Amino acid sequence: MDKFDRLEAIAAPLRMSNVDTDKIIPARFLKTIKRSGLGIHAFAGLRYRADDSENPDFVLNKLPYRQAHILIAGENFGCGSSREHAPWALLDFGIRCVIAPSFADIFFNNCFKNGILPIVLPPAQCDALMDDAESGANARIIVDLAAQTVSRPDGEAFPFEIDAFRKRCLLEGLDDIGLTLEKSPSIDAFEARTDAEPWRPKIVLEG
Amino acid sequence: MASTLFDKIWQAHVVDVMPDGTAVLYIDRHLVHEVTSPQAFEGLRLAGRRVRRVDATIAVADHNIPTENRAGGIAEPESALQVATLERNVAEFGVPYIPVVDARQGIVHIIGPEQGISLPGMTIVCGDSHTSTHGAMGSLAFGIGTSEVEHVLATQTLLQKPAKNMLVRVDGVLPAGCSAKDIILAVIGQIGTAGGTGHVIEYAGAAIRALDMAGRMTVCNMSIEAGARAGLIAPDDVTFDYVRGRPFAPHGEALDRATAYWRTLVSDDGAHYDKVVILDAGTLVPQVTWGTSPETVVPITGHVPDPAAEPDESKRGQMQRMLEYMDLRPGQALAGTRIDAVFIGSCTNGRIEDLRAAAGILRGRRVAPHVRAMIVPGSGLVKAQAEAEGIAQMFIDAGFEWREAGCSMCLGMNPDKLKSGERCASTSNRNFEGRQGPGGRTHLVSPAMAAAAAVAGTLIDAREMA
Repeated sequence: MDKFDRLEAIAAPLRMSNVDTDKIIPARFLKTIKRSGLGIHAFAGLRYRADDSENPDFVLNKLPYRQAHILIAGENFGCGSSREHAPWALLDFGIRCVIAPSFADIFFNNCFKNGILPIVLPPAQCDALMDDAESGANARIIVDLAAQTVSRPDGEAFPFEIDAFRKRCLLEGLDDIGLTLEKSPSIDAFEARTDAEPWRPKIVLEG
Repeated sequence: MASTLFDKIWQAHVVDVMPDGTAVLYIDRHLVHEVTSPQAFEGLRLAGRRVRRVDATIAVADHNIPTENRAGGIAEPESALQVATLERNVAEFGVPYIPVVDARQGIVHIIGPEQGISLPGMTIVCGDSHTSTHGAMGSLAFGIGTSEVEHVLATQTLLQKPAKNMLVRVDGVLPAGCSAKDIILAVIGQIGTAGGTGHVIEYAGAAIRALDMAGRMTVCNMSIEAGARAGLIAPDDVTFDYVRGRPFAPHGEALDRATAYWRTLVSDDGAHYDKVVILDAGTLVPQVTWGTSPETVVPITGHVPDPAAEPDESKRGQMQRMLEYMDLRPGQALAGTRIDAVFIGSCTNGRIEDLRAAAGILRGRRVAPHVRAMIVPGSGLVKAQAEAEGIAQMFIDAGFEWREAGCSMCLGMNPDKLKSGERCASTSNRNFEGRQGPGGRTHLVSPAMAAAAAVAGTLIDAREMA
């Protein structure tokens, strides 16, 4: 996983609430056995017309937002399915940070596993950033994870919250499986204590 | 201190806690399917890791597979590769696998409870958001992403912070013609698709207690459509009767000891809930969605809302977009809206009880000539049961397509799809744009409502056919 520390980038304004993961990447593109290459399918239903040509009205098809690394969106972003293809598609498109008033839980969690920083800010601050983003290439937004701030082009900074553990994993690009495996003695002890409990039968398929 | 059911299951699975409160949570059951696992197994392979507990893991293919002509294999090359990859991975890592041609094959969330793999008090995860279904057993069950699938495969744990507690209490007696699907659609309509965010919902109250296990699974299944991390129902005698005799459940003395433990899995009197929602089941009428979010619910006796009445500009715009996509007019009655397709199945409503409810509407009636209607049992065993009971033949005689078990038209990643512009009465769980196929229009309903719509050729109040 790539580290995330500081990002100064163009932000794309996506003025929609309840953007579901089927919208971020429709199910027909989940038939891959890889994590990479999904960027062309990001927001497929909005980004392309029925004849597969680009919809020029969709924000990510417009200059300068083709180069956006930050997405500003409405409430409940990423609702619906657990598909990690959604953050994979965003990442492959180039998005490293999504800012919204609220996120769906599974999507929010999946972002951290892929070096994407999801930031929750109050609606009024998201609106301000959305307005900034609409002024295009001149409006670069700065996300500083160490300082936990999002800075507007005029220098105004909004603080944001993040769990200490997730922050450390992002800053250092840590593999959390490796971290958990350091706890193997505790997991071994838990299993030694609980394995024989009659309500935890083992799954053994015959034949 | 008084604990909720969620608190009790959580506490029983904490392996370790980090300074910021993140827990290492032990996972009792890991259900694996073909769509969200290939990258996880590849990750294990690259890191030289093994599956820590193959005896707590089970795999099945359900999302991609065709629901007819099974013997012919999978025609679509990418789908075939995904299933072949699952088969290669389970063989390489020694994970128990139910093959596509096995009689027990089916939707992962149907077969977990059916086989006795999902049991009360367990932590159950799967790379699929509808894992919340298994909460009906009285377990903590939730969907995870592929990175977490890899994490569970490697460590049998997850890194999690505890959720908040939410109580949804459904009082009263469900009227005739209404079902568990109408309860959960009404709940989502009331609290919204983000109403449960950050929470685990415990469903309680007389109307929930009165549901059979299939109904409880339908309710818990759609917890994710209310934004909740999970939904659960305290296990009781209905649960214990259901578990008894299932192949992978405990038997004999072990079952007695397990049941004694399971009886402790209830929320204590005075336990704290961060949110409480109360509904009266007695006032429900069959529900139907009109838009492209599961919260856009109205009674079948109701009308499409008018965006002009919505004060919030952004919400108004979204409503207008939904109406445009769904090709509906403000104020239009839902009943009488012409449909092109009916889908009965999915992890929400693919159990034998759901098929019986649909069959109860038919009784000699036929599918309207312009409607393509499909029944897809949730598992091979559900299919066999329906055939043994004679209801499969009723469906076939009525003009339904009778299919093999799988996710089918719930999600448009196998051959069962809507064509652009087609309108479908569906027992599935999501009505998002394009969910059942690009341009497809979905109305979420109960099995009885879907069967009634098939006969009428329009959305209709199923109580008129009772």
